Parts: sequence; C-alpha cells; structure tokens
Amino acid sequence: MKNEQFNNRDISNEYFKVDIEDYPTDPWGKFTRVVKRTFRGELFVGLWVVMREMIKFDTHTISYPMEKMPIGPRYRAVHEMKRLWESDTERCIGCGLCEKICISNCIRMDTKIDEHSRKEVSEYTINLGRCIFCGYCAEVCPELAITHGGEYENASEQREHFIDYAGMLTPLDKMKAGTQKEFEGFGAITPHEDERVKKTPLAY
Amino acid sequence: MSKITINIDGKEVQTQEGEFILNAARANDIFIPAICYLTRCSPTLACRICLVEADGKQVYACNAKSKDGMNITTKTENIEKERRAIMEVYDVNHPLQCGVCDQSGECELQNYTLEMGVDAQSYSVKDVDRSSHDWGHLHYDPGLCIVCERCVTACKDMIGDNSLKTIARGADALEAEFKETMPKDAYAMWNKLNKSVIGLTNGTDVLDCTSCGECAAVCPVGALVDTHFMYKSNAWELNQVPATCGHCSAGCQISYDVKHTSVSDDSDRIYRVMNEWNYVSLCGAGRYGFDYENRVESKDETAFASAIEAFKKADTIAFTSTITNEEAYLLQKLKEKHGYKLVNHEAKSFQTFLRNYSEISGTMLYGNDLKATHNSNFVISLGAALKSDNPNARYALNNSMTVNKGAGLYFHPLQDSIIEGLGKSIMTVKHAPLQEEAALYLILDLFADKEKLPKKVLEYLETFHSEKTITVEETIKEEIVEIVKEMKVNEETGEEEEIEVEKKKMVPKKISKELVVDNNALLTILGADDSFMEDLDKNLKKKDTFAMIVGAALYNHPNSKNLARLVGLVEKCSDFELTMIPPLTNSLGVALICELDDERGSFTVGYNVIGDFTLSALGDGSECDLDMPAINQQEGTLTSINKRVNPTNAALPYKGYELNDIANELGMNSENVIDYTVSLPTAVGFKEEAFDNLPNHYENDGTEVRGYLLENVKINRSTNQNVEPFGEDKLEGTLIYLANPVRQFTAFTNKTTNLDEIAGLYMSEEFLSQSELNEGDNVRVKNSNGEIVVNIVSDNKIAGDIAVLPTFDSKINSEALFSGYRFATASIEKV
Repeated sequence: MKNEQFNNRDISNEYFKVDIEDYPTDPWGKFTRVVKRTFRGELFVGLWVVMREMIKFDTHTISYPMEKMPIGPRYRAVHEMKRLWESDTERCIGCGLCEKICISNCIRMDTKIDEHSRKEVSEYTINLGRCIFCGYCAEVCPELAITHGGEYENASEQREHFIDYAGMLTPLDKMKAGTQKEFEGFGAITPHEDERVKKTPLAY
Repeated sequence: MSKITINIDGKEVQTQEGEFILNAARANDIFIPAICYLTRCSPTLACRICLVEADGKQVYACNAKSKDGMNITTKTENIEKERRAIMEVYDVNHPLQCGVCDQSGECELQNYTLEMGVDAQSYSVKDVDRSSHDWGHLHYDPGLCIVCERCVTACKDMIGDNSLKTIARGADALEAEFKETMPKDAYAMWNKLNKSVIGLTNGTDVLDCTSCGECAAVCPVGALVDTHFMYKSNAWELNQVPATCGHCSAGCQISYDVKHTSVSDDSDRIYRVMNEWNYVSLCGAGRYGFDYENRVESKDETAFASAIEAFKKADTIAFTSTITNEEAYLLQKLKEKHGYKLVNHEAKSFQTFLRNYSEISGTMLYGNDLKATHNSNFVISLGAALKSDNPNARYALNNSMTVNKGAGLYFHPLQDSIIEGLGKSIMTVKHAPLQEEAALYLILDLFADKEKLPKKVLEYLETFHSEKTITVEETIKEEIVEIVKEMKVNEETGEEEEIEVEKKKMVPKKISKELVVDNNALLTILGADDSFMEDLDKNLKKKDTFAMIVGAALYNHPNSKNLARLVGLVEKCSDFELTMIPPLTNSLGVALICELDDERGSFTVGYNVIGDFTLSALGDGSECDLDMPAINQQEGTLTSINKRVNPTNAALPYKGYELNDIANELGMNSENVIDYTVSLPTAVGFKEEAFDNLPNHYENDGTEVRGYLLENVKINRSTNQNVEPFGEDKLEGTLIYLANPVRQFTAFTNKTTNLDEIAGLYMSEEFLSQSELNEGDNVRVKNSNGEIVVNIVSDNKIAGDIAVLPTFDSKINSEALFSGYRFATASIEKV
C-alpha cells in the first residue's frame, strides 16, 4: 500500500478558479462593455440569414414543439429504469457497475439488505448536471435495468427532477399494458445471442 | 536451519531448509496458485491447486518442504489439466450472481477461474439446499462457499477459538464415471468438497466465540461476511487508508475502508477494517471497533480560549496512553517549558517496571517480541489476562502450540476457559493473587541455567526442595512357573495318560514401592496440580525455543520492583525470549518519551481523562470542555508491543482544534503534529525519521515493512544484582479482578456501534450457580477503597470464583476499588 497520497496535507479546496477577465467596476467601463456586446458585426450576419430564409418559403423547419422528429431506438437521452416482464419488479440488483463505470462520476447509489436478505437499492441518483449521456451505464448493466430513453426535453427548474429513482422506473400502468420498450442501444441483447452461449451441464 | 538453494522454473532461489515450497516461491515473486493455504498456519490440503512438480514428482507446494538442490516446475501439462479441472469443479453449482456478492470482485474464485481460462463446464452434480445462515456478527452463505476451510484453519491455528468445523453437506455421491474420466487430484478434491460445508462446533446456529471476524477476512469468496457490512458497499468504491489499530498495544496493521456516508450525506464514514491476514490477525475490537471518531464540524473558539486559560492556570496534565508518540512528545516539551506535572498511572507503573528490569538486564527494553512467541514452542504467560489485554499475544501462544506443536504454562489466578480451550498442552496454574514472585521463582527453579544463577538465589531455591518418600503402586510383570497337568498320548503304550508339565507365564502384579522423590514446595505454594511435574516433563519433550510473556499484574504489584528484577533474571539465566505487554495502546511510547509524575497538583488539565479542564476525543456524552481528534482522525506514530514505531494515517476528517494548536499557543511552533516525528528522542531508541518516510506494508515473504524498530539501548547494569525473597502475602476471600472482556479496551471501544458488550460485574456461570445471585441483579461491590453498584453479567469466557470488573465503561468507576494491583478483595451484596 502506498502512502504518498496521504502525504499531501493541503485540504483547502479541491476546486480552483479559472482566469476570467475582471468585471468592470466603474460606470464607463460597464457602458463600453454593453456597447461592445450589443453592436458586434456578427449580429447583422445572423439577422440576414434569418431574413433570407424567411422570404424563400420552401422551409424544411419542423415547427417544434407542435411537430417533433422521430427518435431512433438507440438515442441516448434521459435514463430510464426498466422492470421485469415476469413480475413487474425492478430489474436493478444494485451491483454498482454503472456507478463504477460512469466517467463523469455522476451516479451514486445506496444499497442495503432487505427483509428477504437480498440486496436492495435504497437510493439511486444520477446527477444530470454532470452526465454526458455517453451510454456506458446502459452498456455495462448486466440486467438491462438502466437504459437511455427518448426523453430529450430537459427544460425544468431543476434537472434533478428527471432523476428520481421512482420517476425513472417504468410506470406500473405501462407495465400492465405491456408497453415497456426495450432499449436497443449498446448493452442490449444482440440477435443470435443464444447460439453463442455455451450451455452449462446440470445434473437435474 | 540452514540456507539452501532450490530451483523454481529455472530461477535459483535462496530459502531455509524445510521451508514450504509455496512460501519460498512467494518470497521470491514466483506465482504458484493456492487457495486454501494461509501463511503462519498449517497446510489444509483442501484445494490441491498448488500442485507442482518437484524432482519429477508431483507434490503440493503448500506442504512439501524444500531440500537443497530441489528442481521445481510450477507448470506441466498434467498440472495445468488438474488445475483447470479443479477450477471447473469449484464453479459447479456456484451462483452466477456476482453482482450482488459482497466480495465484489475481490474474489479468488473469480480470479483463478479466469487465470485457468475456464470457459466451459464439463462436470455436474445435483445441488442440495444450501440456504444461508445468520451466525450473529457473521453471515454464512453455503451457496457461495467453496469449502477451502481457510476459516476453519484460521480459527484453529491462529485464533484458537476452534469455533468452526466442516459438517456433512448431505449431497448425492458423485457419479462413478467421473472417477475414471477426471484428473486424479481434481476428483479427490471434489469428492471431499461434495461431502462437507462449514458449520459451528457448538452445535447451535449462533457463534459463541471471541468474535474476531478473522474467518470472514480470510474467506476467498463472499461466503462469510460481516453482518454489519452485508450489501453496504462494493469493495472498489472504498478508499483504503493504511493505519495502525489504536485499541491495544499490539499495533496491528489495518486499513480503514472509507466512503461517503450515503447519497444525501457526503461526509466520509468508515465501512470496514481490512488487514493483511496472511501476516497479521486482528481481534474483534480492531475489526469491528472502527467508528469511534469524534465528529467536530468547526473550531469552537470560545472553548479553545478557555482551554488556553486552563493551560496557563494548570500545573498538571493528566492523560491516558491512547495518544500518539508525537503528542506524548508535545506533552513532554510542555513539561520542560512550563513545568507541568505529567500524570499517567498506567504508563508510570510500566515505566518504573521497565527501569527496574533494566537494572538487571542492562537493556532499556525487553529482549524480544511476539514474533519470537509465534516461532517458539514453549510459552510461559505470567500476570496477563492474555485474551483481553493483548489478543495478539494469545494468538501467538495458540499459534506456537498448533503450528510448532508447542506447549505452554499459563500462570493466572483467574480461570480462563478460552485459554484452557487452546489445547491440552497448555498447563494452567491457578495461583493466589500476589504470588507472582513465587511463580517467577518456580520458573527460575525449573528452567534457569543453574550455573548462571547468582549463588544467593540458588541457595534460596534450594530451601524449597526437600526429599519426600512416597509410596507408589506399580504394576510389574512377573514370571511364574506353573505346573499344569496335561493329557498326552504315551508313545509306547498308545494310551492317553496324565503328565505334569512346567509352564512359564507372565502375569501382571501390583506392588507398592517406596520412592524418594524431590518435593518442590513452590508447587504447593502456587497450588499446582499433583501431576504438574509429570505433565511438564511430557510437555517439554522436543522443545527448543522458549518465550515468556508478562503482563500488567506485575507492573502494579506492590512488589513490582522485585518482580521486574526477577523477570530480568529469568531472561538472563534461561533461554526464554521475553515480551512485556504494555497496558494500553501507546504505554510503551509514553513510558519512553515522558517523564511522569505520581500525584496531581492543584489544577489539572485532563486529556481523555477527567480533570479540572477536560480535553476529550470521546465526544458527545462524555465530560468534555474541548474536543480532540480520536486516533482514527489523527496522523502520528504508535509504539507497539513489538517495539515498532508504526505510522497511522487519518481516516476521517477532523475540523476542530487539536493538541498541536494548544501547544502552538503555548510557545511551540509547528504546522502539523507529525513534524515532531523526526525529533522523537533518539537516546531511548527512536530514530530520526520523518513521518512521511515511514512505510506501512508487508512484503511478499512476510517481512514487516512498517515504520521502524526501536533500538534496544544498552544501559549500565546495576551493581546490585540481588533479588529479594518472595512475600508471604496473598489475597483470599471474595476476589475481584480488573480486566476488560474480549473486544473491549477503553471508552473508545465502548463508543463503537458494533462492539456491544455490556459492562457490569462479570461472573462465571459456575460462580453464579454457587451463589444466590442471578444475571441482571444489582449488586454493591464494596471494600476498604470504596464501593460501586453494578449489574451482574454472566460470562462463559471465564471460570472459577473471581469476579471481573471492566474499565471500558466510564459509567462504572471500577478503579475506585483497586489500589494499583489488579486484584482486590471485596464483598458482593445484592441491593
């Protein structure tokens, strides 16, 4: 076991500030900043493009939010937690692989032993402010429990609103109706999976 | 033992004659797979995976001894076949839910399955019901168990509780065809595996042992898990902080496994304690007593200011030895600067004892350490409640008995079922309290080299010997001649006639004989069994390495000066390697660094003891004027029984004030307390090493690379090498004894959540049944020193009629009844 890491006793703060140009303090400085930002040449370039497209009338623009593009099955938007088809219980077993693999370190979970002495996930959070939607969590999940969904509209007062464990789980009425959709992106079962598996002999 | 050279896979390797091949290979970074073998324990031969070829013959590396010039191949075609088959067998019916296993990848089954490249299974057997068991502080899942028996081995060979054994699995027999088709060793292993699982020796489903948890630590899979850690965290999430256990003087290497508390609480928490179980074994306090930290979130400036005031006013600092060397050094510096008296009774008595011992031995410290005890084959323990004073000393005693086929002599007034349970070859002598000197004279009489002993002592010892005539009944075989009548055919006449024939016959006959034997009065004085000498002679056969452990009953003894000198004499005149058990965590360090005083002055600042102003790391619920960090929140060094200065790191943050801040206010100057590590006094054996340079790990060959060893400084022997005869005093009547139960040492262990021992007056089941008292009764314990009212706790780990009072619970002021010495007489009445 190496001790070096413990020899650094600077515990002041792990964050550091980036160099930012100082904010103007006097009124004249503030005024010139406003003028500089308002009347940049780029503004008129943008305005011209809009004007040009407006008078052409052969627009390809989808009139969002009235119209929406179809989303591919492998699209990686806000996470979902799937349920088991057989019992409607959650698939997540709390193995913690998603927590480990997450490269932006935004998944955390608490586990405990439940009344059937099985492992139970008591808390599960994804910090969407840090999530880069790389899809590693869905890929590593051995139970196909955590997947990405198609929900890309992340406007909310708090991004955390999307990531509440109960909210991520497939709603029970959807399960009852049999409309839970399997994720087809990385980590999903590939076709011909059965042929690749070597069967273990069983004595009964 | 001599050095030899063996050849493993073409590499020349130096090792000791008779060393196991596996250990020789490991010491030289050669990999031989092995699951069931535990270093320091006897080979189990359960897994058979350590097969190697030695001089063309297949042997098991864990129990084959090296011979000079041996040629060893660790891999042959046949061995690889065997190993793969063994791993396949281990995987038969093993659950595949590794994701919810608490071993979380630190799994030897996983590692070796991958190492042997097992990608398909060719064997199968019908599984049986293997539902899990809750054994109390441990959880056993036979479904995950591979029956390597490492837990059984550790419990038997190292700990000495013998709480685990293999029991019948109740499975179907293996199919006959496997015997022909399978590799031989793999089949033999499977045949044994299929018949057994692990069970408890006491026949119930709840463990009744000293709860060290070492079995769970050595488990290669997730079959044995600490109940408090079940499904709490994956191993890889935990941050390991190398440290030294701060509960007793053993100074065990541990690592605190630290992680944030929960999703909503970002502050760190210790989840478990791990150790290098091949080279160090923890006790229950070390393993489970980890959450004794003092959580302080901010600096309390008013309390600090009043602390400075108190220090300016005070003339005494009272403290316990649960502090680091650096803090002890700080206190000594403050004494030199401001003239404080330093009061620490338990370290003071140890210091005095050491000094008196030095006058005879000529060295500042005792000659040896627990490692010598591990390697010896005859151990004497005197004046120590081994199992609770220093569990590692008990492990060393047990280890020497099981692995070295050793024997032991345990001198103690209190009968201890745990020590007696270690085996038949441990002889316990239940002497009366205050008779420790007589015990030392007996040791001198039995083991000392008579030529080295001072003449006066020899003459004194001679006075105890007398000749005694005893009548012994002996059975001898005697030859007798009988005249028997037989019928025989007369050759001449052809008729049958009777003739007389003489026949010789051996018959046993009892005779009584008068014998003149040596009568040793010391044995009678100490109350040894009649068969003591006979048993001792038997136990001393083939013994060549001797060790002696002495403990706290000697340091606080009224005649401790004479005892210390006697101990010195035993070490000088016999082959015994001596180890002394320091009474508390860092008593040895404190005894070396601080000049201690006897009595408190008019105003006392207490550090972890109650004073007029109290600094305390015990936190809430204790009397405390200013918070201090606990040992698991501090950096520093601790001096262990093995005379080693071990570094420990801070596992948890502490945001309040510490002793160093106070010292800085009082004219010292250093940023961190560990700046003082380098200036620890070299005159008493410390080295000029900076804290950051101190390592804390074990090498592959078991070498302890932790901190540094104290130098055993030579000092001048006293011109007076005489020892006094022993006193006649002994305590009789209802006796009480000051000792803690196993797993408890101080108020710090009492504070932890997993150590749930209840404090009270411990009485053995035998004692309770003889008296009119029952468990749970409130009793008044009273003697001339004082009186206390406590609850009775029935304790099946002790026997006999001495009641034990603990010190770990500050609510019971046990010390009030004792005047130094650990035994006292008292009356016990029901209230």
